Formats: sequence, C-alpha cells, structure tokens
Amino acid sequence: MDFAAAGDAAAEIKRALAQIGMDSDVVRRTAIATFEAEMNIVIHAYEGTIRATITSDGVEIVADDVGPGIPDVGLAMQEGYSTAPPHIQEMGFGAGMGLPNIRNCADEFAIETQVGKGTRLRIFVRSRQTGDL
Amino acid sequence: MAEYFHSVRLDHDKCKGCTNCIKRCPTEAIRVRSGKAMIIEERCIDCGECIRICPNNAKYAVTDSLSEITKFDHAVALPAPSLFGQFQPDVSPEAVLGAFLELGFTEVFEVAVAAEAVTWVFKRELVAAKGPRPLISSACPAVVRLIQVRFPSLIDHLLRVESPMEVAARVVKERAEAEGKRNVGAFFITPCPAKMTAVRQPVGLPTSYVDGGIAISTVYGELLKLFERGTRRRVTATGAGLGWGRSGGEAMAVGGTTLLAVDGIHSVVSVLEEIERGRLRDISFVEAQACIGGCIGGPLMVQNPFVARARLRRLAEVHWQEEPVLATQWLEDAASRGVFGMPREIKPRPVMKLDAAVGRAITMMRHLEEIFDGLPGLDCGACGSPSCRAFAEDIVRGNAVESDCLFKMRLRVVELAENLLDLAKKVPPAMGVADTQEHQERGREAPDDPERDVEPAGAPDR
Repeated sequence: MDFAAAGDAAAEIKRALAQIGMDSDVVRRTAIATFEAEMNIVIHAYEGTIRATITSDGVEIVADDVGPGIPDVGLAMQEGYSTAPPHIQEMGFGAGMGLPNIRNCADEFAIETQVGKGTRLRIFVRSRQTGDL
Repeated sequence: MAEYFHSVRLDHDKCKGCTNCIKRCPTEAIRVRSGKAMIIEERCIDCGECIRICPNNAKYAVTDSLSEITKFDHAVALPAPSLFGQFQPDVSPEAVLGAFLELGFTEVFEVAVAAEAVTWVFKRELVAAKGPRPLISSACPAVVRLIQVRFPSLIDHLLRVESPMEVAARVVKERAEAEGKRNVGAFFITPCPAKMTAVRQPVGLPTSYVDGGIAISTVYGELLKLFERGTRRRVTATGAGLGWGRSGGEAMAVGGTTLLAVDGIHSVVSVLEEIERGRLRDISFVEAQACIGGCIGGPLMVQNPFVARARLRRLAEVHWQEEPVLATQWLEDAASRGVFGMPREIKPRPVMKLDAAVGRAITMMRHLEEIFDGLPGLDCGACGSPSCRAFAEDIVRGNAVESDCLFKMRLRVVELAENLLDLAKKVPPAMGVADTQEHQERGREAPDDPERDVEPAGAPDR
C-alpha cells in the first residue's frame, strides 16, 4: 500500500479541471469522488488505474482495478460498512464512507465487480453550468 | 494593469534571474524572462514567500512611509498583535504603545482588542452559520486570496467576517468622529505585504477603513529610540486577543475541540486540499495563516519568529484573565449595525483557466499534456517556468516555446549536428566520389593507380 502517493491521481485530475475552467461544483464533487476511488484502490486492490474524461458537459471517471472484488456490493454501499483492516481505519481511512460518498457526488454511478478479479467503477459528474463550446 | 494592486514588487536591478522564487510561489505567479523575474499580476496573492526566499533581496513590499500620517489631523496607529513579540523582554507593551504617541500619532488602538471582537463573532458564526464545514478563518488576506485563486470551491467555507484590522479601523474612526474629530486617518502597523494589499484592495469591502499600512520594519528602529522618553499607554487587550499574533492563538481564543490551526502557505495548501476532498468534516473551524508561525513570521518582521513567539505567548499569559474592553452589549450592537460583516461577495479568481471557453480549454489541455509528456520532468527551472508542467502550460498559452527547454534544445543541437554530418558526407556529382571516406581511401590508393595520374594530365590536350 503506497499511502505516500495516495491522492496524487486525484490531485492531477483536479488540477486539469481547474485549468479547463470547470465550475467549482464539478471540481468539488470530482475531487471528492476521485480521491475516494483512489483510496479504495490503494487500500483494497493490488493495482489499478483512474481515468478522467473531461468534456464540456462534465467529467467521467473510470476507476479500474485488479483486486479481490466486492463480494456484496449492496453491503459496501451502506454508510459505515467497511472491510478495511483495523490499521487502515486507525489512520482515519476506511470509515465505510468511500462508495456512499462517491455515489453522493455523482450524477451517474455504475459498479461492476468480480470476486477474485477486480472492480470497475464508472461515474459521471455533470456540469450544471451550460458549456460555452 | 490597474486591475490588481500589489504590495510585493521586484527590484529589477537586484534580480539575477536565479529561479529560486519561481519554485517557491504557491500560485506559480512568477516566471523568469530575459534574465529577470516577472510577476504575473492576476496570480499573485501577495503572500511574500518570494521576499523571504530571494537571496538577492530583489523582492520587496511597498508600504506607506511614516510621513503619510501628516496628511491627517488625527492619526491613529493600529499595531498588529504580533508587534509585541518583537522587543526585548525589558520593553513593556505599555512602552511600545506609548512610543507611537511620540512617533507623531495622536492615538493608538490595539488591533488585538478588535481581534477579541472578531473572536466573539467567530464563535457565534460557528453555531449559527449555515453552509459547509469546516469554516475557514478569513483573517489572513493571503489565505483568502489563495482560496480565490486556487480553491474557488472552498469560498463558501470562508467566514464572512472582516479582519481585526478592518474592525479596529472602523471602531476608531466611528469613535473619533462621534467625538467631533475630523480628517481621521487609521494606519495599520503591518507585519506583512498581504495586509498592505488588503488595505489598498480589500476583498470583502468596496474600500478599506484603513488609510495606510506602515511596515513594522519601518517603525521598529524609531520605536526603539522613543522608549526612553517614558510615555506609557495602558494595554487593554486580553491574552486571547494578543495571542492572535502567533499561529494557534486565534484557534485558542475561539476555543473548542474541533479546531485546526495551520501555518505556512504550503502547509495551508495541503490542508485546503484535504478540505476539498471532503476529508475534514470532523473539523468545525480552521485557522490558516500564510506565514510560518503566524503573523510573527511575517516578511516585514524584525525579530526571529521563534523568539517572538515565546515572548508573545508569555505576554498573552500575563493578560489572559483580564476582562475584554468591548463588552458583550457593545458587540451585539455592533453586530446588528453590520460592523463585522463583509458586504462584498468573495469572487473566485479563476486565473488557472487556459481559456474562457471550455471547449477550447480542453483542446489546449490535450496539447499541454502532449508537450508535457515530451519534457524531461526535472523541473530544473532553466526555462524560467517553475516546473515542466507549468512550462507546458506557458507553451500552450503562447508565452514560451519548446526550445526554451535546455534539454529540448540539446536534442535539437544533436539533430542539427547529425544533419550537418549527413550534408558533409554528400559530395557534388562533379567530384565523382560518393562518400568522403571512400574518397580518402581512393586518395591513398592513388599513387598506385597509373590511370588516375594520367587522366588529369592528359585533359588539357583534348
């Protein structure tokens, strides 16, 4: 687990959003969602990628990982449910708010998971300002 | 470029173009061009980091001179709470306040007293204010501007309460005018350029109540000379207000168990990142100060900040139990009159935007990423930009060209040298030899070749 680098991907995506000039509501929601998704990969998975696709309509985030997968997605979506080991929880992570937080920030939310293989999370954060393309 | 007033300036003659400042700037507001630093006006938040880091003292702060006070019939000095930590322990704060009267001011009012009032308002807001948590103190103007420039999504977290400096100026002026005094001038005795900018160009007010800012470093020497005249003025601030001069003091005055205090602009950035990620919801109030140590660490201070911290803390302890001079009834009246409010909306300063149109910005972003992928990633600064990424940004904005990168230039030199060599190998058809190496070999063989000797000799005959 590389906690030192955790948050770097989210920070890079946030920076890009600011340079593109997405409205601050999109920046805020994307920052929270990507950070939580990144932490999920760092805590639970073996490896993974986060890809952001930015359009004037909003931001699509796809987090793909190779890892244990989620045996019960319904349970994982409940606030406060966590499978993070105690030493991670002691660091203030793994409070069982990751996926619920991501869902709260997203306008579209989809999760596909295979136990023993990995998880793919796709969210879309829609810009509420009309794009001036 | 009258849009922004900046206290932080560059002394062109002293600047060697060394690139120390460009890497230290929290908003990437400096570039080196033609061997000299250049401040990008829209991005600068006047935090003064570059003043601290510059080895050649080429960055300085514009503040008012003491002679400005003569323009007013009644000039009030507003010393920052941090001032009291600047002197030797045998200098009493009463002597410091008294010295301002000797300096030419007709009155002196401690900003620490106003800090107590602001503390009271903060406490109320922590209970009453709607909106997201944690609330972020708006007392440090460099932090407020940092949020406008780099964290616009956190503007809603800022406490809409004026700084102790503004409150102090407003209170003194109202009082003086009630006493029939005219042409009243309020001068903040400032530890930093950020406050100076807040005087000339406030964020939450159309115009500041403060008429000028005089650097602590400007008056320090003068004050030292005036203590012996024996003028004393009683300290009316309590420990809570005095404590505002150092980091942690503001949070301590506000009180409670869910407070966070952060100092130093780069540390402030990392705490703001945490808030933006939604990870500090357990915190109700954030004290954030741009200077390490808080105001005692300001760029216009004289004393070592750690020494100043110890002295200010001691002074705050001595005065901790005293009764505040601004009574609760007065505070409530003042609050209902709007003395503490920020009438003007705090707007984002989205200067990082590549283009006003999102579509165009996305295209530029793609180009930026391509350029960045081809750069060495050493962040050496030789191109005059703070990092390879900022350099890629400068290129897409049309403010730099790729060959400004030493590494890119070297690659082009290699390419050019190879092209030169290729060209050098080409021989004109009239010379009849395809390649110079072959030509040399032939040359060496030549004496053994009778035909080659004969041919040129026989040519004139034909």
